[in-house]
Amino acid sequence: MRRFLLWVSVLFLAPTGGAVAQLDVFACEPEWASLSKTLGGDRVDVHAATTAFQDPHHIQARPSLIAKTRSADLLVCSGAELEVGWLPLLLRRSGNSDIQRDSLGYFMATDVVDLLDVPAVVDRSMGDVHAAGNPHVHWDPNRLLVIAQALSERLQRIDPQGQAYYAERFLAFEKRWQAAIPKWEQRAAPLKGQAVCVQHTTWRYLADWLSLNEACDLEPKPGLPPTAGHLKHILQIAQKEKPIATLVAAYFNPRSAEWLEQRSGVPAVVLPYTVGGDEASSDLFSLYEQTLSILLEQAKLD
Amino acid sequence: MLLKFATKLSSFGAAALLLAVAPVSAQLSNAGQVSSTEFNPAVSLILDGRYTDYEEGLSLDLPGFIAGGEAGLTQRGFSTGHNELAMSANVDDRFYGQFNAAIVEHDGATELELEEAFIETLGLGNGFTVKGGRFFSGIGYLNAKHEHSYDFVDSPLVYQAMVGGKLADTGVQARWLAPTPFYMELGAELLSGETFPGGSTEDRNNANAAFVKWGGDIGDSSNWQLGLSYYANEFEGREPGGHHHGGGHEHGHGGGAHLEWHQHEGETDLQGLDFVYKWAPNGNPKERNLAIYGEFFVRNETAHVHAAEGAEEAEAELDGEQTGYYLAAVYQFKPKWRIGVRYDQLSADNAFNGFVGDEDGNGTALELEEFEEETGLGTDHADDPTATSLMLDYSHSHFSRIRLQYTDLDTGHNHPGEVSSGSVVSLQYLMSLGAHGAHSF
Repeated sequence: MRRFLLWVSVLFLAPTGGAVAQLDVFACEPEWASLSKTLGGDRVDVHAATTAFQDPHHIQARPSLIAKTRSADLLVCSGAELEVGWLPLLLRRSGNSDIQRDSLGYFMATDVVDLLDVPAVVDRSMGDVHAAGNPHVHWDPNRLLVIAQALSERLQRIDPQGQAYYAERFLAFEKRWQAAIPKWEQRAAPLKGQAVCVQHTTWRYLADWLSLNEACDLEPKPGLPPTAGHLKHILQIAQKEKPIATLVAAYFNPRSAEWLEQRSGVPAVVLPYTVGGDEASSDLFSLYEQTLSILLEQAKLD
Repeated sequence: MLLKFATKLSSFGAAALLLAVAPVSAQLSNAGQVSSTEFNPAVSLILDGRYTDYEEGLSLDLPGFIAGGEAGLTQRGFSTGHNELAMSANVDDRFYGQFNAAIVEHDGATELELEEAFIETLGLGNGFTVKGGRFFSGIGYLNAKHEHSYDFVDSPLVYQAMVGGKLADTGVQARWLAPTPFYMELGAELLSGETFPGGSTEDRNNANAAFVKWGGDIGDSSNWQLGLSYYANEFEGREPGGHHHGGGHEHGHGGGAHLEWHQHEGETDLQGLDFVYKWAPNGNPKERNLAIYGEFFVRNETAHVHAAEGAEEAEAELDGEQTGYYLAAVYQFKPKWRIGVRYDQLSADNAFNGFVGDEDGNGTALELEEFEEETGLGTDHADDPTATSLMLDYSHSHFSRIRLQYTDLDTGHNHPGEVSSGSVVSLQYLMSLGAHGAHSF
C-alpha cells in the first residue's frame, strides 16, 4: 500500500511543464463561466459546473465536480444560497485551500451587489426561499457590470502578472456593455408595464429592470413544482391580467406553462435564461439580445 | 455488544438538549441577514417514524453470520426509527466539525446513540483532507451516507451481515484527491476496531481501512463512480447480538437455546467493490432521474469459538469466507415520486478446525453439528439468505418523504416449525427540520 501511494504521488505530483500557467476558474453557472472567459481571456481556463439545461438549485456534488474543485484557483458562483445544496460539500471535499470561503479564490456574485426580495422572516412553509435574497442577479445589466468589475479586480489580485491584461479586458467589456444597456432599454421600452407569468422567481431582476409586471408565478411557493389547484388559480389571474407570455427557463419542464397556454392562450415561452440556453445565446450580449427579441416577438411589439 | 456508546437519557433530557442548542442557531451573518445556512452551528433534526408488518417470529438471523452492530429488522407495528439530531459548522477557516446522534427507543427506554462526532480539515491543500473522531468509514458506497438519505427503509443485507448495518468507528481518516481531470480519491483509516465487525481490543487501534474511488461524467446526462475498499481488524473478543434502532435484539441464533458462545483472538478482513451510475435528462435530476448501484463484499474471518450449554462445552477454530452483494435501481419517474427495487444475497462458507467437544457421542460435551447449529455459524442445512425489495416514495419537498416498501426476505434457514422467511411491509416517514446540508453523490 505504502509503495503504491509513493508511486501514485510521484506520478501525479511531478511538476507539470507548460509555457503559460493559466488560472483555473470553476464557474458554478454558465453566465459566470462566460463572464470569466470574457474578462480573463487567454489567461484563464474556465470550467462551467452546470449547463443552461440544469437547474442550479438541484445539482449533485458528483465526482467530476469534486475533481474540478481540487485544481481550481478561483471559484465564481452566484452565492446567496443558490448552490447551497452542492457547493459547500464540494468545498469540503476539494482539499483545496485556495477556494475556501473568505479566501481570495472564493468569489460570489451576490456578495458585491444588493439583492431584491430579501425576506424579513424565513420559514420552510414559504418554500425554498433564499434568506439572502433572490440570487438570479445576472438579469440586471447594471448589477452585472458591478459584478464584472469586482470579478476583474479579483482576477488581478490572484494573478498580479496579468493585471494590465485583465484591466484592459474589463475596460473593453465595460465600454461595450455600457453602450448596449441604453440600446436594450430603448428596444424594450414597449414592454414596460406588460404583464407576464413566470415559473419560479428566476426573472425577478429582468422584470425589475424592464418594469415588467410579474402577474403570476406557476410555482405555488418558490421551488415547489406547480400543482393542479394552484394552476387553476393562475388561470383566473391569467384571464384577468392578459399576460403576454409565461416565461420559463430552459432548464424547466414547460408542461405547466403549456397547460396554461391551452386554457388561457397565454403562450408558454422558453427563454434561454443563461449562456448556452439556445443556439443564439453564446455570450452575455447575445443572451440579452436573444431574450429581448423573444419577448418583443411575443408582445408583437417589435 | 461490548461497545456501548449509548447513553441512557430520558426523553425529557433529549428535549432539553434540543432547547439548549436552539438559541445558538439564531446568530446573524455578517451581512446582517439571518441565513439558514449561516446558523452557527447548523442544526438539523431528522424525524423518522415507521409502521412495519411481518409474521411474528421472523428475524434477521442469517446462517453463517454472527449478528452485530445495529443489524436487525425494525420492530413490528409502530416504532420510531432513526430520529437523528445533527449539528455541524466550520469551526474556523481551517476546520469543520460535525456531531450527530440518533435518539432511539430501545426496549422501552430512550437512548441517545452517538453516530458521528468528528472534525475535518478544510482546504488543507494539495487535495489532502484529514478527519478525526468518530465517523462513518469511507468504505463502500452507502457506508458514509446517513440513513435518512438511503433509498430504502433498511440497509442492504450485506451491510447488516458484514458491518452490522454500518461501519462507524473512532479513529483518523486521511484522504487524497488526485489532481487528475477525472475523479480519483485515495483514503486510509486507522480505527479503534471496537465496533462490529471488530470486537473488544486492548489498544483501541486495531483496525484499518483503505479505499480508492474513481468517477466521472459520460456526456451531460450520466455520471458514474467506482470504488474498491478494504477493511481489517484484530479483536480480543466478540459476542453475538445485534441491536437495531427501534427494534429488538438479534441473537446469533434465534432458537432461544441457553447456549452461550463467543469468539476470541480473531481477525476479520473485508474487501469490497462498489459502483454507481446515475442518469438524468441533460443532467437535470429535478424532473426525472435514475440511479443504479450495487456493492459486493467478501469477508474472511478467523477466530477461536467457544460455546457452552450448561456443563456441555466445545471449541473450535473458525475459518470462514462470507460473501454478499446487492443491486439496486431507483427511478424518479415524475417530480416527487420515486420507485425502487433492490436484490440482496449472502453466502457463507465457514470451516471449523480443531474441534474440541463431543467427538464420539458420549453426551458429555457439545457435538460438532450441535455446535455449528447452535452458534448459527454452520451452514450445512441452510440456503443462502436473499431479499427482494420494492419501494415507492413520495417527497412533497426536499424536506419531507413518505415511503412504502415491500421486502420478500428468506433467511435461508430450514428449521421445521420456525419462521425463516416471509414478507416485510414498511411504511415510513422521513422529515427534516432545520438546516439541511448537501447530500453526497
